Amino acid sequence: MKENPIMRLAVRWNLPFMVVFALYTQTHGELGPGGGFQSGVIVAAAFFLYGLVFGGAEMRRVVPRWFTDLLAAGGVLLYVGTGLYSMFMGYEFLDHAAVMPSNPGGAEPWGMTLVEYGVGLTVFAVMMTIFNEITEGTNPEDNQTGESGADTEFGARA
Amino acid sequence: MLEHLRTQLPALIVVTPLTMGLIVALIGRRQIGWYIAMATTAGVFAMTLQLLMDVLNHGERSLTYLMGNWPVPYGIAYKADPLSASVMLIVAAMAAVITFYARRSVASEVPVGKLHYFWGLWLFCITGLLGITITGDAFNLYVLLEISSLSTYTLVALGKERNRRALTSAINYLLLGTMGACFYLVGVAYLYMATGSLNIPDIAERLQPIYASWGTDAPLYQKTVIAGFAMMAVGLSLKLALFPLHGWLPNAYTYAPSAVSALLASTATKVGAYAFMRVIFTLVGVGFAFGRLHTDIALMACSGAAIIVGSWMAIRQVNVKKLLAYSSIAQIGYIALGFALANRDGMTASVIHLINHALTKGGMFLALGMVMYRLGGTRLSDLRGLGRKMPLTMAAFTAGGLGLIGVPLTSGFVSKWYLVSGCLEGGRYEMAAVVLVGSLLALIYVWRVVETIYFGKRDEEVQVREAPWTMLVPTLLLIGASLYFGINASHTAYIAQAAADYLLGAAR
Repeated sequence: MKENPIMRLAVRWNLPFMVVFALYTQTHGELGPGGGFQSGVIVAAAFFLYGLVFGGAEMRRVVPRWFTDLLAAGGVLLYVGTGLYSMFMGYEFLDHAAVMPSNPGGAEPWGMTLVEYGVGLTVFAVMMTIFNEITEGTNPEDNQTGESGADTEFGARA
Repeated sequence: MLEHLRTQLPALIVVTPLTMGLIVALIGRRQIGWYIAMATTAGVFAMTLQLLMDVLNHGERSLTYLMGNWPVPYGIAYKADPLSASVMLIVAAMAAVITFYARRSVASEVPVGKLHYFWGLWLFCITGLLGITITGDAFNLYVLLEISSLSTYTLVALGKERNRRALTSAINYLLLGTMGACFYLVGVAYLYMATGSLNIPDIAERLQPIYASWGTDAPLYQKTVIAGFAMMAVGLSLKLALFPLHGWLPNAYTYAPSAVSALLASTATKVGAYAFMRVIFTLVGVGFAFGRLHTDIALMACSGAAIIVGSWMAIRQVNVKKLLAYSSIAQIGYIALGFALANRDGMTASVIHLINHALTKGGMFLALGMVMYRLGGTRLSDLRGLGRKMPLTMAAFTAGGLGLIGVPLTSGFVSKWYLVSGCLEGGRYEMAAVVLVGSLLALIYVWRVVETIYFGKRDEEVQVREAPWTMLVPTLLLIGASLYFGINASHTAYIAQAAADYLLGAAR
């Protein structure tokens, strides 16, 4: 599909808007409809589109696997870290009042925002990992352009 | 600061292995996964010990922890009582001992490139198991059930280097386990529909007017509550592998890496049984589950069948690991029979067998893991004449086997003593007979292995040495503990009776 100019143009033009829309969903997550799950999936969908048109290997060049691995664990760590922070500040686990002790009610959205960013990162990374696991090695083009590190990085595929 | 952290123990116990598991996965291929896992499980063990002491010293003998400081019916509450704290202590102790054992065993069975994922998942699995035990929220229980199950599926599949069948067993376990979790979740949804709450004590309270209305002209939510409980019961039975729903267990235990089999056999099904007890006795109430719906009859039929069929199937196995897996199905039958009796001795038997079987079967799986480590197989023919080559390993295995039969001076005897007296107290003479027949069948399958170990002759001599001490010490520790609790059952009986009284006291 790489050779089809319409496809290439459609992806190039739509991708930034999809990511911006995902950020919009993300920032409205803490108190309204939207949030980390949705935005993570939308960002991932944007890159899926890129991968479908330009091939999985090209997508993995843009978003390498070590990066999604990092985000998958890092997102949950951000979530847990928010909870641990409040715990070490003398509050209960995930009591967001710790973020802004002077104004506990106002602190709630801030804490939730951090948690939602963690969710968004992890959902994005896990969606990408699933896509990679499904597509890797099935597309002959992938093997040609080949990211050589892909298989050795994750142990021998016995 | 330390005082504050001490009040945070219920959350810290669950959050610590989760965080550490993520860090292990993040650090990646530098091989320090085991060291982090070992430090974490040891730390969690110390924390559960402290929590149990705090609970027992506390006036009401229970501690409630509010997640995010949200008040009870709205937020998630973690509740530590004598029962949940002791089950957590067992899980944490088994996790620490098996982790100590697992370093060389896992390194020999799991590919190097996947070791950091293995240790991450290992810690997630422990997170889920500890969380299920302490949570006081029906939905949160589902989430933690999924955390432990999903990591378990992957851990089972990582046994594929030894035998490709690990993959099909993992898929089979995944399908059945997911179905079980779905059933449980639908059950929670039905109860939520009827009561509008997810907090376990709160649901129990709100169910009372609903039960009261059933005799009248306008019964409230009768079918909803019955369907909800039925769904939860089926889902949890799948999780704890109660007889007709045990299909996933034998292969999953057989083809998983040795350390994973030991962890699953000694903690996962025990936590499932604990969750089932909690649902019957503290969530829907024994008056509804046993008095009105007669679930106890069904449970007794299932557990009786589990004891007979599990032991019978164990006799027919040629792979010793699979033999132990079928034996586990029978032992789950004993545990379920204990709480189905719903009297003091039966409940005590159930809780005490939870502890004793965790030690015995954990130790036996570890002993088999050493055979796997040295010989690369666990078929009956691999064990032939090993009694001379690996005397300590085989002595541990034999002592564990005696515990499975229930020979006096082993912990199995104590559990069966309580179980039979519970059966007689409840007037269930046929179930007492089933327990005795089960012990006879256990004698047969244990004897088959013991005979092979000590009297079997090999055609050609193989050079086998005793297993390394890092694997031997944890095994002997578990088996030694199971023998100790057979000779001096006062500690376990005290804990089990306190837990039984707590559950029966909460039952309405």
